[in-house]
Amino acid sequence: MAKRIDVSGLTAYYGSHKAIEDISMTVEPRSVTAFIGPSGCGKSTFLRTLNRMHEVTSGGRVEGKVLLDDEDLYGTGIDPVSVRREVGMVFQRPNPFPTMSIFDNVAAGLRLNGSYKKSELADVVERSLKGANLWNEVKDRLNKPGSGLSGGQQQRLCIARAIAVEPNVLLMDEPCSALDPISTLAIEDLIGELKERFTIVIVTHNMQQAARVSDRTAFFNLAAVGQPGKLIEIDETERIFSNPSVQATEDYISGRFG
Amino acid sequence: MDTQQIADAPPPTPPSAAEQKRAARGATRPGDRIFLGLSRGSGILLLVIMAAIAGFLTYRAVLAISKDHGNFLTTLDWNTGANPPVFGIAVLAYGTVVSSIIAMVIAVPVAVAIALFLTHYAPRRLRGPIAYVIDLLAAVPSIVYGLWGALVLVPNLNGLFGWLNDYLGWTGIFSWQGGAARSMLTVGILLAIMILPIITNVSREVFRQVPQMHEEAALALGATRWEVIRMSVLPFGRSGVISASMLGLGRALGETMAVATVLSPDFLIHGSLLNPGGGTFAQNIASKFSEATEFGRDALIASGLVLFVITLLVNGAARAIIARRKEYSGANA
Repeated sequence: MAKRIDVSGLTAYYGSHKAIEDISMTVEPRSVTAFIGPSGCGKSTFLRTLNRMHEVTSGGRVEGKVLLDDEDLYGTGIDPVSVRREVGMVFQRPNPFPTMSIFDNVAAGLRLNGSYKKSELADVVERSLKGANLWNEVKDRLNKPGSGLSGGQQQRLCIARAIAVEPNVLLMDEPCSALDPISTLAIEDLIGELKERFTIVIVTHNMQQAARVSDRTAFFNLAAVGQPGKLIEIDETERIFSNPSVQATEDYISGRFG
Repeated sequence: MDTQQIADAPPPTPPSAAEQKRAARGATRPGDRIFLGLSRGSGILLLVIMAAIAGFLTYRAVLAISKDHGNFLTTLDWNTGANPPVFGIAVLAYGTVVSSIIAMVIAVPVAVAIALFLTHYAPRRLRGPIAYVIDLLAAVPSIVYGLWGALVLVPNLNGLFGWLNDYLGWTGIFSWQGGAARSMLTVGILLAIMILPIITNVSREVFRQVPQMHEEAALALGATRWEVIRMSVLPFGRSGVISASMLGLGRALGETMAVATVLSPDFLIHGSLLNPGGGTFAQNIASKFSEATEFGRDALIASGLVLFVITLLVNGAARAIIARRKEYSGANA
Protein backbone atom coordinates (compact mmCIF):
# COMPACT_ATOMS: atom_id res chain seq x y z
CA MET A 1 0.00 0.00 0.00
CA ALA A 2 2.84 2.42 0.82
CA LYS A 3 3.60 4.77 -2.06
CA ARG A 4 6.53 6.90 -3.14
CA ILE A 5 6.17 10.67 -2.93
CA ASP A 6 7.87 12.70 -5.62
CA VAL A 7 7.73 16.47 -5.19
CA SER A 8 9.04 18.82 -7.84
CA GLY A 9 9.18 22.62 -7.91
CA LEU A 10 6.63 23.09 -5.17
CA THR A 11 5.86 26.65 -4.04
CA ALA A 12 3.10 27.50 -1.56
CA TYR A 13 1.48 30.84 -0.76
CA TYR A 14 -0.68 32.36 1.95
CA GLY A 15 -2.46 35.01 -0.09
CA SER A 16 0.37 37.02 -1.62
CA HIS A 17 2.94 35.80 0.91
CA LYS A 18 5.21 33.08 -0.42
CA ALA A 19 5.68 30.60 2.45
CA ILE A 20 7.90 27.99 0.77
CA GLU A 21 9.72 28.14 -2.53
CA ASP A 22 10.71 25.62 -5.14
CA ILE A 23 10.93 22.45 -3.07
CA SER A 24 11.79 19.15 -4.71
CA MET A 25 12.36 15.83 -2.96
CA THR A 26 11.61 12.16 -3.11
CA VAL A 27 10.30 10.11 -0.21
CA GLU A 28 10.73 6.37 -0.54
CA PRO A 29 7.91 4.01 0.39
CA ARG A 30 8.16 2.27 3.78
CA SER A 31 10.60 4.79 5.16
CA VAL A 32 10.49 7.56 7.72
CA THR A 33 11.49 11.02 6.58
CA ALA A 34 11.89 13.75 9.18
CA PHE A 35 11.60 17.48 8.49
CA ILE A 36 13.64 19.69 10.78
CA GLY A 37 14.31 23.41 10.78
CA PRO A 38 13.64 26.59 12.74
CA SER A 39 10.10 27.83 13.42
CA GLY A 40 8.52 29.55 10.46
CA CYS A 41 10.71 27.81 7.90
CA GLY A 42 7.66 26.27 6.24
CA LYS A 43 8.13 22.61 7.13
CA SER A 44 4.57 22.27 8.44
CA THR A 45 3.26 24.19 5.43
CA PHE A 46 5.13 21.84 3.14
CA LEU A 47 3.76 18.83 5.02
CA ARG A 48 0.23 20.16 4.55
CA THR A 49 0.72 20.49 0.81
CA LEU A 50 1.27 16.73 0.67
CA ASN A 51 -2.39 15.99 1.49
CA ARG A 52 -3.86 19.22 0.11
CA MET A 53 -4.65 20.56 3.58
CA HIS A 54 -2.74 23.75 2.83
CA GLU A 55 -5.49 25.07 0.57
CA VAL A 56 -8.03 24.74 3.41
CA THR A 57 -6.40 27.78 5.04
CA SER A 58 -7.87 30.94 3.57
CA GLY A 59 -5.63 32.26 0.81
CA GLY A 60 -3.69 28.98 0.67
CA ARG A 61 -2.42 28.22 -2.84
CA VAL A 62 0.11 25.79 -4.29
CA GLU A 63 2.20 25.63 -7.47
CA GLY A 64 4.25 22.66 -8.57
CA LYS A 65 3.80 18.92 -8.58
CA VAL A 66 3.35 16.25 -5.93
CA LEU A 67 3.38 12.75 -7.44
CA LEU A 68 2.09 9.86 -5.38
CA ASP A 69 3.63 7.00 -7.35
CA ASP A 70 2.59 8.36 -10.73
CA GLU A 71 -0.48 10.36 -9.86
CA ASP A 72 -0.19 14.15 -9.51
CA LEU A 73 -2.14 15.23 -6.40
CA TYR A 74 -2.57 18.68 -7.94
CA GLY A 75 -3.53 17.38 -11.40
CA THR A 76 -6.74 18.51 -13.03
CA GLY A 77 -9.78 16.57 -11.94
CA ILE A 78 -8.20 15.36 -8.69
CA ASP A 79 -10.57 15.76 -5.76
CA PRO A 80 -8.76 16.98 -2.61
CA VAL A 81 -11.18 14.92 -0.52
CA SER A 82 -10.03 11.69 -2.15
CA VAL A 83 -6.38 12.76 -1.77
CA ARG A 84 -6.91 13.07 1.97
CA ARG A 85 -8.40 9.61 2.09
CA GLU A 86 -5.12 8.30 0.65
CA VAL A 87 -2.76 10.46 2.70
CA GLY A 88 -3.50 10.33 6.43
CA MET A 89 -2.43 12.98 8.90
CA VAL A 90 -1.70 13.23 12.63
CA PHE A 91 -1.61 16.69 14.16
CA GLN A 92 0.45 18.49 16.77
CA ARG A 93 -2.32 18.58 19.37
CA PRO A 94 -4.20 15.30 19.78
CA ASN A 95 -7.60 15.93 18.24
CA PRO A 96 -9.94 12.98 18.72
CA PHE A 97 -13.55 13.85 17.95
CA PRO A 98 -14.69 14.93 21.42
CA THR A 99 -18.28 13.84 20.99
CA MET A 100 -17.41 10.35 19.76
CA SER A 101 -16.51 7.22 21.68
CA ILE A 102 -13.10 5.61 21.25
CA PHE A 103 -14.64 3.04 18.92
CA ASP A 104 -16.41 5.66 16.81
CA ASN A 105 -13.27 7.76 16.57
CA VAL A 106 -11.35 4.89 15.00
CA ALA A 107 -14.31 3.93 12.82
CA ALA A 108 -14.94 7.52 11.68
CA GLY A 109 -12.80 7.34 8.55
CA LEU A 110 -14.25 3.99 7.50
CA ARG A 111 -17.78 5.27 7.91
CA LEU A 112 -16.91 8.18 5.62
CA ASN A 113 -15.66 5.83 2.96
CA GLY A 114 -18.74 3.67 2.82
CA SER A 115 -20.93 1.36 4.79
CA TYR A 116 -19.46 -1.53 6.67
CA LYS A 117 -20.95 -4.41 8.58
CA LYS A 118 -20.72 -4.16 12.33
CA SER A 119 -18.35 -7.11 12.60
CA GLU A 120 -16.09 -5.70 9.89
CA LEU A 121 -15.92 -2.37 11.71
CA ALA A 122 -15.10 -4.09 14.99
CA ASP A 123 -12.29 -6.02 13.29
CA VAL A 124 -10.75 -2.91 11.76
CA VAL A 125 -11.07 -0.95 14.99
CA GLU A 126 -9.34 -3.71 16.95
CA ARG A 127 -6.61 -4.08 14.33
CA SER A 128 -6.02 -0.31 14.19
CA LEU A 129 -5.93 0.11 17.95
CA LYS A 130 -3.48 -2.80 18.18
CA GLY A 131 -1.48 -1.18 15.38
CA ALA A 132 -1.33 1.99 17.45
CA ASN A 133 -0.33 0.06 20.61
CA LEU A 134 -3.46 1.28 22.36
CA TRP A 135 -5.69 -1.80 22.33
CA ASN A 136 -4.71 -3.17 25.73
CA GLU A 137 -5.32 0.17 27.40
CA VAL A 138 -8.77 0.82 25.96
CA LYS A 139 -10.31 -2.53 25.02
CA ASP A 140 -12.59 -2.45 28.07
CA ARG A 141 -13.89 1.05 27.45
CA LEU A 142 -14.35 1.34 23.72
CA ASN A 143 -17.67 3.12 24.16
CA LYS A 144 -16.23 5.80 26.47
CA PRO A 145 -15.41 9.20 24.97
CA GLY A 146 -11.99 9.54 23.37
CA SER A 147 -11.47 12.88 25.09
CA GLY A 148 -11.28 11.09 28.46
CA LEU A 149 -7.91 9.52 27.61
CA SER A 150 -4.51 10.97 28.54
CA GLY A 151 -2.72 13.15 25.97
CA GLY A 152 -0.41 10.36 24.85
CA GLN A 153 -3.30 7.92 24.56
CA GLN A 154 -5.32 10.49 22.62
CA GLN A 155 -2.46 10.92 20.17
CA ARG A 156 -2.22 7.14 19.68
CA LEU A 157 -5.99 7.13 19.21
CA CYS A 158 -5.53 9.71 16.45
CA ILE A 159 -2.86 7.50 14.88
CA ALA A 160 -5.25 4.53 15.08
CA ARG A 161 -7.92 6.65 13.43
CA ALA A 162 -5.52 7.65 10.66
CA ILE A 163 -4.26 4.11 9.93
CA ALA A 164 -7.72 2.54 10.10
CA VAL A 165 -8.43 3.64 6.54
CA GLU A 166 -5.13 2.10 5.33
CA PRO A 167 -3.66 5.26 3.82
CA ASN A 168 -0.70 5.12 1.44
CA VAL A 169 1.16 7.80 3.33
CA LEU A 170 1.04 8.97 6.94
CA LEU A 171 1.94 12.59 7.68
CA MET A 172 2.77 13.61 11.25
CA ASP A 173 2.99 17.26 12.25
CA GLU A 174 5.05 17.42 15.48
CA PRO A 175 3.04 14.52 16.91
CA CYS A 176 4.92 14.48 20.23
CA SER A 177 5.37 18.16 20.99
CA ALA A 178 2.39 18.19 23.39
CA LEU A 179 3.36 14.93 25.11
CA ASP A 180 5.49 13.88 28.06
CA PRO A 181 8.69 11.86 27.48
CA ILE A 182 7.12 8.46 28.19
CA SER A 183 4.23 9.05 25.78
CA THR A 184 6.76 10.38 23.28
CA LEU A 185 8.75 7.18 23.55
CA ALA A 186 5.58 5.15 22.96
CA ILE A 187 4.83 7.13 19.80
CA GLU A 188 8.42 6.84 18.56
CA ASP A 189 8.35 3.06 19.02
CA LEU A 190 5.07 3.04 17.16
CA ILE A 191 6.54 5.00 14.24
CA GLY A 192 9.24 2.35 13.96
CA GLU A 193 6.55 -0.34 13.64
CA LEU A 194 4.33 1.64 11.28
CA LYS A 195 7.05 2.22 8.71
CA GLU A 196 6.82 -1.46 7.80
CA ARG A 197 3.44 -0.65 6.26
CA PHE A 198 3.33 3.05 5.47
CA THR A 199 5.37 5.85 4.00
CA ILE A 200 5.85 8.22 6.93
CA VAL A 201 6.76 11.89 6.94
CA ILE A 202 7.23 13.56 10.33
CA VAL A 203 7.82 17.20 11.22
CA THR A 204 9.70 17.61 14.47
CA HIS A 205 11.41 20.30 16.50
CA ASN A 206 13.24 17.68 18.45
CA MET A 207 16.48 16.77 16.70
CA GLN A 208 17.12 13.73 18.86
CA GLN A 209 13.73 12.52 17.80
CA ALA A 210 14.57 13.00 14.13
CA ALA A 211 17.80 11.11 14.69
CA ARG A 212 16.02 8.29 16.53
CA VAL A 213 13.06 7.65 14.25
CA SER A 214 13.94 8.67 10.71
CA ASP A 215 15.79 7.08 7.83
CA ARG A 216 16.20 10.34 5.98
CA THR A 217 16.16 13.91 7.25
CA ALA A 218 15.33 17.10 5.40
CA PHE A 219 16.56 20.42 6.73
CA PHE A 220 14.51 23.52 5.95
CA ASN A 221 15.58 27.10 6.53
CA LEU A 222 14.64 30.63 5.61
CA ALA A 223 16.95 33.46 4.70
CA ALA A 224 15.17 35.99 6.93
CA VAL A 225 11.77 36.58 8.52
CA GLY A 226 9.28 37.25 5.73
CA GLN A 227 11.37 35.33 3.20
CA PRO A 228 10.06 32.01 1.87
CA GLY A 229 11.35 28.81 3.48
CA LYS A 230 13.54 26.56 1.39
CA LEU A 231 14.76 22.99 1.47
CA ILE A 232 18.46 23.24 2.30
CA GLU A 233 19.30 19.56 2.01
CA ILE A 234 17.87 16.08 2.36
CA ASP A 235 20.03 13.07 3.03
CA GLU A 236 20.42 9.90 5.08
CA THR A 237 19.71 10.85 8.70
CA GLU A 238 23.06 9.48 9.81
CA ARG A 239 24.86 11.71 7.34
CA ILE A 240 22.83 14.82 8.21
CA PHE A 241 23.71 14.44 11.86
CA SER A 242 27.35 13.48 11.39
CA ASN A 243 28.61 15.08 8.24
CA PRO A 244 26.08 17.31 6.48
CA SER A 245 27.10 18.74 3.14
CA VAL A 246 25.79 22.26 3.86
CA GLN A 247 27.28 24.50 6.55
CA ALA A 248 23.84 25.87 7.60
CA THR A 249 22.65 22.37 8.44
CA GLU A 250 25.65 21.72 10.63
CA ASP A 251 25.17 25.09 12.37
CA TYR A 252 21.54 24.25 13.07
CA ILE A 253 21.99 20.73 14.38
CA SER A 254 24.94 21.69 16.51
CA GLY A 255 22.96 24.55 18.04
CA ARG A 256 24.97 27.35 16.47
CA PHE A 257 21.95 28.55 14.55
CA GLY A 258 21.48 32.27 13.96
CA MET B 1 24.54 44.73 68.49
CA ASP B 2 22.59 43.46 65.49
CA THR B 3 21.61 40.24 67.15
CA GLN B 4 20.47 42.20 70.17
CA GLN B 5 18.11 44.31 68.03
CA ILE B 6 16.59 41.27 66.39
CA ALA B 7 16.00 39.64 69.73
CA ASP B 8 14.28 42.77 71.02
CA ALA B 9 11.89 43.09 68.07
CA PRO B 10 8.37 41.84 68.88
CA PRO B 11 7.66 38.47 67.22
CA PRO B 12 5.42 38.92 64.16
CA THR B 13 1.91 37.72 64.90
CA PRO B 14 0.83 35.08 62.41
CA PRO B 15 -2.24 36.20 60.41
CA SER B 16 -5.47 34.73 61.70
CA ALA B 17 -7.38 32.16 59.63
CA ALA B 18 -9.97 34.76 58.63
CA GLU B 19 -7.27 37.20 57.50
CA GLN B 20 -5.61 34.50 55.41
CA LYS B 21 -8.87 33.66 53.77
CA ARG B 22 -9.50 37.29 52.94
CA ALA B 23 -6.02 37.63 51.50
CA ALA B 24 -6.52 34.52 49.38
CA ARG B 25 -9.68 36.01 47.92
CA GLY B 26 -7.72 39.12 47.09
CA ALA B 27 -10.04 41.29 49.16
CA THR B 28 -7.47 43.25 51.11
CA ARG B 29 -6.77 46.22 48.82
CA PRO B 30 -9.49 48.90 48.59
CA GLY B 31 -10.10 48.36 44.86
CA ASP B 32 -10.57 44.63 45.36
CA ARG B 33 -12.89 45.23 48.30
CA ILE B 34 -15.08 47.66 46.34
CA PHE B 35 -15.28 45.37 43.34
CA LEU B 36 -16.01 42.35 45.51
CA GLY B 37 -18.82 44.31 47.19
CA LEU B 38 -20.27 45.47 43.86
CA SER B 39 -20.22 42.08 42.20
CA ARG B 40 -21.51 40.26 45.27
CA GLY B 41 -24.21 42.91 45.68
CA SER B 42 -25.29 42.47 42.06
CA GLY B 43 -25.55 38.73 42.54
CA ILE B 44 -27.62 39.12 45.68
CA LEU B 45 -29.82 41.76 44.00
CA LEU B 46 -30.66 39.27 41.24
CA LEU B 47 -31.78 36.69 43.79
CA VAL B 48 -33.82 39.30 45.67
CA ILE B 49 -35.59 40.39 42.48
CA MET B 50 -36.38 36.79 41.53
CA ALA B 51 -37.72 36.11 45.04
CA ALA B 52 -39.77 39.32 44.98
CA ILE B 53 -41.38 38.42 41.64
CA ALA B 54 -42.12 34.87 42.76
CA GLY B 55 -43.49 36.10 46.09
CA PHE B 56 -45.70 38.74 44.47
CA LEU B 57 -47.05 36.33 41.88
CA THR B 58 -47.72 33.62 44.44
CA TYR B 59 -49.43 35.93 46.93
CA ARG B 60 -51.84 37.45 44.39
CA ALA B 61 -52.37 34.10 42.70
CA VAL B 62 -53.39 32.43 45.95
CA LEU B 63 -55.91 35.24 46.57
CA ALA B 64 -57.51 34.57 43.19
CA ILE B 65 -57.36 30.79 43.04
CA SER B 66 -58.92 30.41 46.50
CA LYS B 67 -62.10 32.04 45.16
CA ASP B 68 -62.15 30.13 41.85
CA HIS B 69 -65.27 27.95 41.61
CA GLY B 70 -64.00 26.15 38.55
CA ASN B 71 -60.86 24.01 38.44
CA PHE B 72 -58.00 26.45 37.90
CA LEU B 73 -56.04 23.93 35.83
CA THR B 74 -58.76 22.38 33.68
CA THR B 75 -61.66 24.84 33.29
CA LEU B 76 -62.26 25.95 29.67
CA ASP B 77 -63.51 29.38 30.59
CA TRP B 78 -62.29 32.74 31.89
CA ASN B 79 -65.18 34.43 33.64
CA THR B 80 -63.79 36.35 36.59
CA GLY B 81 -66.78 38.76 36.64
CA ALA B 82 -69.35 36.01 37.21
CA ASN B 83 -70.69 35.20 40.63
CA PRO B 84 -69.18 32.86 41.64
CA PRO B 85 -66.09 33.41 39.39
CA VAL B 86 -65.08 30.52 37.10
CA PHE B 87 -61.74 30.52 35.32
CA GLY B 88 -59.00 28.11 34.28
CA ILE B 89 -55.74 28.11 32.38
CA ALA B 90 -56.15 24.96 30.27
CA VAL B 91 -56.68 26.87 27.01
CA LEU B 92 -53.85 29.29 27.75
CA ALA B 93 -51.37 26.56 28.67
CA TYR B 94 -52.29 24.58 25.57
CA GLY B 95 -52.09 27.61 23.29
CA THR B 96 -48.82 28.87 24.74
CA VAL B 97 -47.09 25.50 24.50
CA VAL B 98 -48.47 24.58 21.07
CA SER B 99 -47.69 27.93 19.42
CA SER B 100 -44.17 27.85 20.87
CA ILE B 101 -43.58 24.29 19.70
CA ILE B 102 -44.69 25.24 16.18
CA ALA B 103 -42.34 28.23 16.29
CA MET B 104 -39.42 26.04 17.41
CA VAL B 105 -40.10 23.35 14.80
CA ILE B 106 -39.98 25.97 12.08
CA ALA B 107 -37.29 28.29 13.43
CA VAL B 108 -34.57 25.98 14.80
CA PRO B 109 -33.73 24.11 11.57
CA VAL B 110 -33.82 27.32 9.54
CA ALA B 111 -31.69 29.19 12.08
CA VAL B 112 -29.10 26.39 12.26
CA ALA B 113 -28.99 26.27 8.46
CA ILE B 114 -28.48 30.04 8.24
CA ALA B 115 -25.76 29.89 10.90
CA LEU B 116 -23.95 27.08 9.07
CA PHE B 117 -24.27 28.95 5.80
CA LEU B 118 -22.78 32.07 7.36
CA THR B 119 -19.90 30.26 9.03
CA HIS B 120 -19.04 27.56 6.51
CA TYR B 121 -20.49 28.21 3.08
CA ALA B 122 -21.10 31.89 2.40
CA PRO B 123 -18.38 33.83 0.59
CA ARG B 124 -16.58 36.11 3.04
CA ARG B 125 -17.99 39.32 1.55
CA LEU B 126 -21.59 38.08 1.95
CA ARG B 127 -21.25 37.16 5.62
CA GLY B 128 -21.31 40.70 6.99
CA PRO B 129 -24.39 41.91 5.10
CA ILE B 130 -26.43 38.79 5.85
CA ALA B 131 -25.53 38.92 9.55
CA TYR B 132 -26.52 42.60 9.53
CA VAL B 133 -29.95 41.84 8.08
CA ILE B 134 -30.50 39.18 10.74
CA ASP B 135 -29.58 41.69 13.45
CA LEU B 136 -32.09 44.10 11.94
CA LEU B 137 -34.75 41.42 12.14
CA ALA B 138 -34.07 41.18 15.87
CA ALA B 139 -34.46 44.94 16.29
CA VAL B 140 -37.99 45.13 14.86
CA PRO B 141 -40.45 45.84 17.71
CA SER B 142 -42.92 43.04 18.36
CA ILE B 143 -45.97 45.25 17.73
CA VAL B 144 -44.64 45.82 14.20
CA TYR B 145 -44.41 42.06 13.74
CA GLY B 146 -47.98 41.89 15.02
CA LEU B 147 -49.24 44.48 12.53
CA TRP B 148 -47.38 42.81 9.67
CA GLY B 149 -48.79 39.48 10.78
CA ALA B 150 -52.36 40.76 10.89
CA LEU B 151 -52.23 42.79 7.67
CA VAL B 152 -49.92 40.71 5.48
CA LEU B 153 -49.42 37.23 6.87
CA VAL B 154 -53.03 36.41 7.79
CA PRO B 155 -54.59 37.26 4.37
CA ASN B 156 -51.83 35.42 2.52
CA LEU B 157 -51.99 32.17 4.48
CA ASN B 158 -55.31 31.04 2.96
CA GLY B 159 -53.54 29.24 0.13
CA LEU B 160 -51.27 27.32 2.51
CA PHE B 161 -54.15 26.50 4.86
CA GLY B 162 -56.27 25.22 1.95
CA TRP B 163 -53.41 23.06 0.74
CA LEU B 164 -52.78 21.65 4.21
CA ASN B 165 -56.49 20.93 4.60
CA ASP B 166 -56.61 19.13 1.21
CA TYR B 167 -53.64 16.88 1.80
CA LEU B 168 -53.31 16.59 5.58
CA GLY B 169 -56.81 17.50 6.71
CA TRP B 170 -57.53 13.83 7.47
CA THR B 171 -55.11 13.97 10.42
CA GLY B 172 -57.45 16.40 12.20
CA ILE B 173 -54.50 18.59 13.13
CA PHE B 174 -54.57 20.34 9.76
CA SER B 175 -58.29 20.44 9.05
CA TRP B 176 -59.69 23.88 8.23
CA GLN B 177 -63.26 25.13 8.05
CA GLY B 178 -62.31 28.32 6.26
CA GLY B 179 -62.42 31.68 7.97
CA ALA B 180 -59.58 34.07 8.69
CA ALA B 181 -56.21 32.42 9.29
CA ARG B 182 -55.97 33.77 12.85
CA SER B 183 -55.04 30.44 14.37
CA MET B 184 -52.32 28.71 16.37
CA LEU B 185 -50.36 27.89 13.20
CA THR B 186 -50.38 31.56 12.18
CA VAL B 187 -49.12 32.55 15.61
CA GLY B 188 -46.48 29.81 15.42
CA ILE B 189 -45.25 31.02 12.03
CA LEU B 190 -45.06 34.61 13.24
CA LEU B 191 -43.24 33.59 16.44
CA ALA B 192 -40.82 31.53 14.34
CA ILE B 193 -39.85 34.64 12.38
CA MET B 194 -39.46 36.59 15.60
CA ILE B 195 -37.19 34.07 17.34
CA LEU B 196 -35.15 33.30 14.22
CA PRO B 197 -32.55 36.06 14.75
CA ILE B 198 -31.61 35.15 18.32
CA ILE B 199 -31.25 31.44 17.54
CA THR B 200 -29.28 32.24 14.39
CA ASN B 201 -26.93 34.67 16.11
CA VAL B 202 -26.11 32.46 19.08
CA SER B 203 -25.69 29.38 16.85
CA ARG B 204 -23.42 31.30 14.51
CA GLU B 205 -21.26 32.37 17.43
CA VAL B 206 -21.04 28.76 18.64
CA PHE B 207 -20.21 27.37 15.20
CA ARG B 208 -17.53 29.99 14.75
CA GLN B 209 -15.84 28.80 17.94
CA VAL B 210 -15.43 25.21 16.77
CA PRO B 211 -11.68 24.67 17.19
CA GLN B 212 -9.83 24.50 13.90
CA MET B 213 -8.23 21.25 15.04
CA HIS B 214 -11.57 19.45 15.26
CA GLU B 215 -12.49 20.46 11.73
CA GLU B 216 -9.04 19.53 10.46
CA ALA B 217 -9.36 16.12 12.12
CA ALA B 218 -12.37 15.42 9.92
CA LEU B 219 -10.85 17.02 6.82
CA ALA B 220 -7.68 14.95 7.12
CA LEU B 221 -9.76 11.77 7.11
CA GLY B 222 -11.17 12.80 3.75
CA ALA B 223 -14.41 14.36 4.89
CA THR B 224 -16.37 16.59 2.54
CA ARG B 225 -17.59 19.95 3.76
CA TRP B 226 -20.94 18.52 4.82
CA GLU B 227 -19.20 15.62 6.56
CA VAL B 228 -16.95 18.03 8.46
CA ILE B 229 -20.07 19.81 9.65
CA ARG B 230 -21.70 16.54 10.67
CA MET B 231 -18.62 15.10 12.42
CA SER B 232 -17.11 18.19 14.03
CA VAL B 233 -19.24 21.31 13.87
CA LEU B 234 -22.68 20.04 14.86
CA PRO B 235 -21.52 17.81 17.75
CA PHE B 236 -19.38 20.64 19.12
CA GLY B 237 -22.18 23.16 18.73
CA ARG B 238 -24.94 20.91 20.02
CA SER B 239 -25.24 22.30 23.54
CA GLY B 240 -24.86 25.84 22.23
CA VAL B 241 -27.69 25.32 19.76
CA ILE B 242 -29.84 23.95 22.59
CA SER B 243 -29.10 27.05 24.65
CA ALA B 244 -29.87 29.26 21.66
CA SER B 245 -33.15 27.45 21.10
CA MET B 246 -34.09 27.90 24.74
CA LEU B 247 -33.48 31.63 24.48
CA GLY B 248 -35.79 31.63 21.46
CA LEU B 249 -38.33 29.47 23.24
CA GLY B 250 -38.30 31.86 26.18
CA ARG B 251 -39.18 34.70 23.86
CA ALA B 252 -41.87 32.67 22.10
CA LEU B 253 -43.50 31.63 25.39
CA GLY B 254 -43.70 35.19 26.64
CA GLU B 255 -44.48 37.03 23.39
CA THR B 256 -47.47 39.27 23.93
CA MET B 257 -48.32 42.01 21.45
CA ALA B 258 -47.66 40.10 18.24
CA VAL B 259 -49.84 37.20 19.41
CA ALA B 260 -52.59 39.51 20.66
CA THR B 261 -52.67 41.30 17.30
CA VAL B 262 -52.83 38.20 15.14
CA LEU B 263 -54.90 35.68 17.11
CA SER B 264 -58.66 35.78 17.33
CA PRO B 265 -58.96 34.38 20.83
CA ASP B 266 -61.60 32.19 22.41
CA PHE B 267 -61.64 29.85 25.38
CA LEU B 268 -61.76 26.50 23.60
CA ILE B 269 -59.07 23.93 22.90
CA HIS B 270 -59.05 23.37 19.15
CA GLY B 271 -57.67 20.08 17.88
CA SER B 272 -56.86 21.68 14.55
CA LEU B 273 -53.98 24.11 14.34
CA LEU B 274 -55.66 25.92 11.44
CA ASN B 275 -59.03 26.86 12.92
CA PRO B 276 -59.02 30.27 14.58
CA GLY B 277 -59.23 30.52 18.36
CA GLY B 278 -57.36 29.61 21.49
CA GLY B 279 -55.10 31.91 23.46
CA THR B 280 -51.77 32.23 25.23
CA PHE B 281 -50.91 33.40 28.75
CA ALA B 282 -49.26 36.62 27.70
CA GLN B 283 -51.87 37.45 25.06
CA ASN B 284 -54.71 36.82 27.52
CA ILE B 285 -53.15 39.02 30.19
CA ALA B 286 -52.51 41.83 27.72
CA SER B 287 -56.01 41.79 26.26
CA LYS B 288 -57.84 41.57 29.61
CA PHE B 289 -55.65 43.45 32.08
CA SER B 290 -56.68 47.05 31.36
CA GLU B 291 -60.36 46.35 31.84
CA ALA B 292 -60.10 43.84 34.64
CA THR B 293 -61.36 44.36 38.18
CA GLU B 294 -59.03 44.01 41.16
CA PHE B 295 -60.04 40.36 41.42
CA GLY B 296 -59.77 39.87 37.65
CA ARG B 297 -56.20 41.15 37.82
CA ASP B 298 -55.35 38.67 40.56
CA ALA B 299 -56.69 35.89 38.37
CA LEU B 300 -54.53 37.10 35.45
CA ILE B 301 -51.53 37.23 37.78
CA ALA B 302 -52.26 33.62 38.73
CA SER B 303 -52.01 32.70 35.06
CA GLY B 304 -48.77 34.68 34.90
CA LEU B 305 -47.41 32.53 37.70
CA VAL B 306 -48.11 29.41 35.65
CA LEU B 307 -46.21 30.91 32.71
CA PHE B 308 -43.34 31.69 35.10
CA VAL B 309 -43.27 28.07 36.26
CA ILE B 310 -43.44 26.72 32.69
CA THR B 311 -40.49 28.92 31.71
CA LEU B 312 -38.49 27.69 34.73
CA LEU B 313 -39.27 24.06 33.84
CA VAL B 314 -38.22 24.59 30.22
CA ASN B 315 -34.94 26.15 31.30
CA GLY B 316 -34.32 23.35 33.80
CA ALA B 317 -34.96 20.75 31.11
CA ALA B 318 -32.54 22.47 28.76
CA ARG B 319 -29.84 22.52 31.42
CA ALA B 320 -30.43 18.85 32.12
CA ILE B 321 -30.05 18.00 28.43
CA ILE B 322 -26.80 19.95 28.22
CA ALA B 323 -25.41 18.45 31.44
CA ARG B 324 -26.24 14.90 30.41
CA ARG B 325 -23.93 15.25 27.39
CA LYS B 326 -21.17 17.11 29.20
CA GLU B 327 -18.76 14.18 29.11
CA TYR B 328 -18.97 14.23 25.34
CA SER B 329 -18.94 18.00 24.88
CA GLY B 330 -16.03 19.76 23.26
CA ALA B 331 -15.36 21.70 26.44
CA ASN B 332 -12.91 19.22 27.94
CA ALA B 333 -10.93 18.60 24.76
